[in-house]
Amino acid sequence: MDWRIGPVEYPGPNVSPGRNEPLRWLITFSSHFDRGGDLAKKPIGPIRRTFAPWEDPEKRPFIEFRNVTKRFGSFTAVDNLSQTIYEREFFALLGGSGCGKTTLMRMLAGFEQPTEGEIFLDGQNLAGVPPYRRPVNMMFQSYALFPHMSVEANIAFGLKQDGFPKADIADRVKEMLRLVKLEPFGKRKPHQLSGGQRQRVALARSLAKRPKVLLLDEPLAALDKKLREETQFELMDLQMDLGMTFLIVTHDQEEAMTVADRIAVMDAGRIIQVATPSEIYESPNSRYVADFIGDINLIESKVVAKNGETTRLRATELDIEFDVAQTTDADIGDAVAFGIRPEKITVTMDKPDADFSVHAEIWDIGYLGDVSTLHCRTEDGHNLRAGIANVTRLVERPLTWDDKIWMTWRKDAGVILRH
Amino acid sequence: MRTVLSVLGRRLASRWWVIGVPYAWLLFFFLVPFLIVIKISLSGVAIAIPPYVPTIDLAQGWASIRDAISQFSFDNYVWLTEGWASIRDAISQFSFDNYVWLTEDDLYWKSYLSSVIIAGVSTIITLAIGYPLAYGMARAKPEWRPTLVMLVILPFWTSFLIRVYAWIGILKNEGLLNQLLLWLGVINEPLIILNTNWAVYIGIVYSYLPFMVLPLYATLEKLDLSLLEAAEDLGCPPWKAFWKITLPLSLPGVLAGCFLVFIPAVGEFVIPDILGGSDTLMIGKTLWVEFFRNRDWPVSSAVAVILLLILVIPIVLFQNQQQKMQERDK
Ligand SMILES: Nc1ncnc2c1ncn2[C@@H]1O[C@H](COP(=O)(O)OP(=O)(O)OP(=O)(O)O)[C@@H](O)[C@H]1O
Ligand SMILES: [Mg+2]
Repeated sequence: MDWRIGPVEYPGPNVSPGRNEPLRWLITFSSHFDRGGDLAKKPIGPIRRTFAPWEDPEKRPFIEFRNVTKRFGSFTAVDNLSQTIYEREFFALLGGSGCGKTTLMRMLAGFEQPTEGEIFLDGQNLAGVPPYRRPVNMMFQSYALFPHMSVEANIAFGLKQDGFPKADIADRVKEMLRLVKLEPFGKRKPHQLSGGQRQRVALARSLAKRPKVLLLDEPLAALDKKLREETQFELMDLQMDLGMTFLIVTHDQEEAMTVADRIAVMDAGRIIQVATPSEIYESPNSRYVADFIGDINLIESKVVAKNGETTRLRATELDIEFDVAQTTDADIGDAVAFGIRPEKITVTMDKPDADFSVHAEIWDIGYLGDVSTLHCRTEDGHNLRAGIANVTRLVERPLTWDDKIWMTWRKDAGVILRH
Repeated sequence: MRTVLSVLGRRLASRWWVIGVPYAWLLFFFLVPFLIVIKISLSGVAIAIPPYVPTIDLAQGWASIRDAISQFSFDNYVWLTEGWASIRDAISQFSFDNYVWLTEDDLYWKSYLSSVIIAGVSTIITLAIGYPLAYGMARAKPEWRPTLVMLVILPFWTSFLIRVYAWIGILKNEGLLNQLLLWLGVINEPLIILNTNWAVYIGIVYSYLPFMVLPLYATLEKLDLSLLEAAEDLGCPPWKAFWKITLPLSLPGVLAGCFLVFIPAVGEFVIPDILGGSDTLMIGKTLWVEFFRNRDWPVSSAVAVILLLILVIPIVLFQNQQQKMQERDK
């Protein structure tokens, strides 16, 4: 199934671009993804950089988890997980709380031994290598700052262990303080800092040694949105400049989408899907991923027909039948879910001239500034969410509570989800 | 407004109770007896009951107190300092005869010095034994820790006196220790330990070990293990991380333990009396002899006051220093 869709052409003014992709990347659009000269194929979403070593079978992975299982007593935290990560990659782990993200990182850093399986770094099996000999630095979720040392001493700690010359250490510490915007706080002790400042010290300390691999466990969770975005871009620049490999855990999808080359979505100790941010957003492989990443309407459906490149679905709970520009392994009559993002639903006041449309009533509007989410209820009581972009400040015919509206979508706007 | 005031009043009253009770306790059971000791130390010896003059007859009120104060003499303290005069003498003459003479005469300052040395050395030994013990306890499986703490406190369940007596049975010439060593072939004839300073060290270290272990355990158990992981992650091997992280962070526990051992050990009387020899010089013993044998209450009170100063002044200075350091941090 080699089939792509994306928010490249917008079906109407009511559909916003993917909120999660900053527009500035749209310009970096390249034909890179149009492999095989098939002009019918469209790239999925904007492309950050032409970097995709995972598509190159010749390329040797830098980090490899091979059938790694970790059990705590009878509890399985990581379940037979295999994954490769490439040099210079920015790899993000997403997943619900307790799904094993930190455990995975701790095994790579050497604080936990896999119960089964092996971990390789640059071709070397890491079994038996103590943490202090691994070229891996970790930023701890709990920060783990040394309370009896000043901010500077915390940052310098790792450099001192490696016997850096004093002058170099001082320079590097200064550079790190500048990076995390903490220059005036170098002499303070951790307990004299705010939560977000501590987090930045932890980040600076893990970055100071410029390790080959940097493990960031929710590195920016305590920062305000603006500082977080700035730091994200700093991290990306740093990673590019220094050629480090980053493994980042985050609960913030926008962050993962912003910084990562690939995102892995984990659940219960397994990786459910690994893909680029736009792929994972636009073509999730399962209900879990679709639901986890961003907002999505899942419409229970049945396959009624398969004609070449398109599949016809009948929504079991809404009275509509519609085409989806996607092939599926499901047989005719199988139950599937049709996933459609709110921003890809076109909302009109008048019945649109389309193959199908859903009549519904607005019962709530979530105003987010840049976009609004319309919570709509169909005549038979099903909920659908639609997103509209607030492109003008004053609206001529504002949509409001209790308005009757019509919804429709293009046939390449949603995905068929079998699991 | 009235209600606000009355609430505030009640608040203050309850706050007063919280701090007032311990302060009252201190006042009645520490400060008042201490003032009495100071008063006695400034009195003269007399063959009477109690064996000093003047005594304050509270029935006569202020007149008697004023009267007593006018009769206070500092002779007792001068008496204690005579050792220093002879040190000055000794320095000016630099002859070993003086040293011999010093050991014969200057009981008090020799007792103080010897007490401080014995207590100091014992504290260091206790720390050396207590730290690994506390460290092991803090790193034991969580479900084991309460049991281990219990084991440390267990000796308190028998009388201190009985436990010290029990050491006689272990340390005497035909005691358990010598028998064991002879049987192992480590020694050919019994070691003489009882009635020497060795026995005093053993007794103090044994008796005060829990006071060292418990505060150490408390700080070590609180230590965030992720700090050690962070150190290791940054390239610091575990043994080095101990010196850089664990030890500095457990210093408050080390200090508390050392104070808890050193302070009572300086004034220790029972252990040197039971386990020590006739040449074991400790201020507690000297004080006891002065008080009960010589019935010289004024001098023994002076000894007690000086002992308190010797202990309190360094501690106060130290705390001041600590506070200054903390303020500088801010
Ligand atoms: N030392 C341990 N002993 C027992 N269970 C553990 C241990 N460490 C982790 N676990 C369990 O393993 C599971 C995965 O933990 P982990 O810390 O990896 O989660 P996580 O994905 O990082 O979650 P979060 O997003 O909340 O940080 C959790 O259910 C946790 O309870
Ligand atoms: Mg975690």
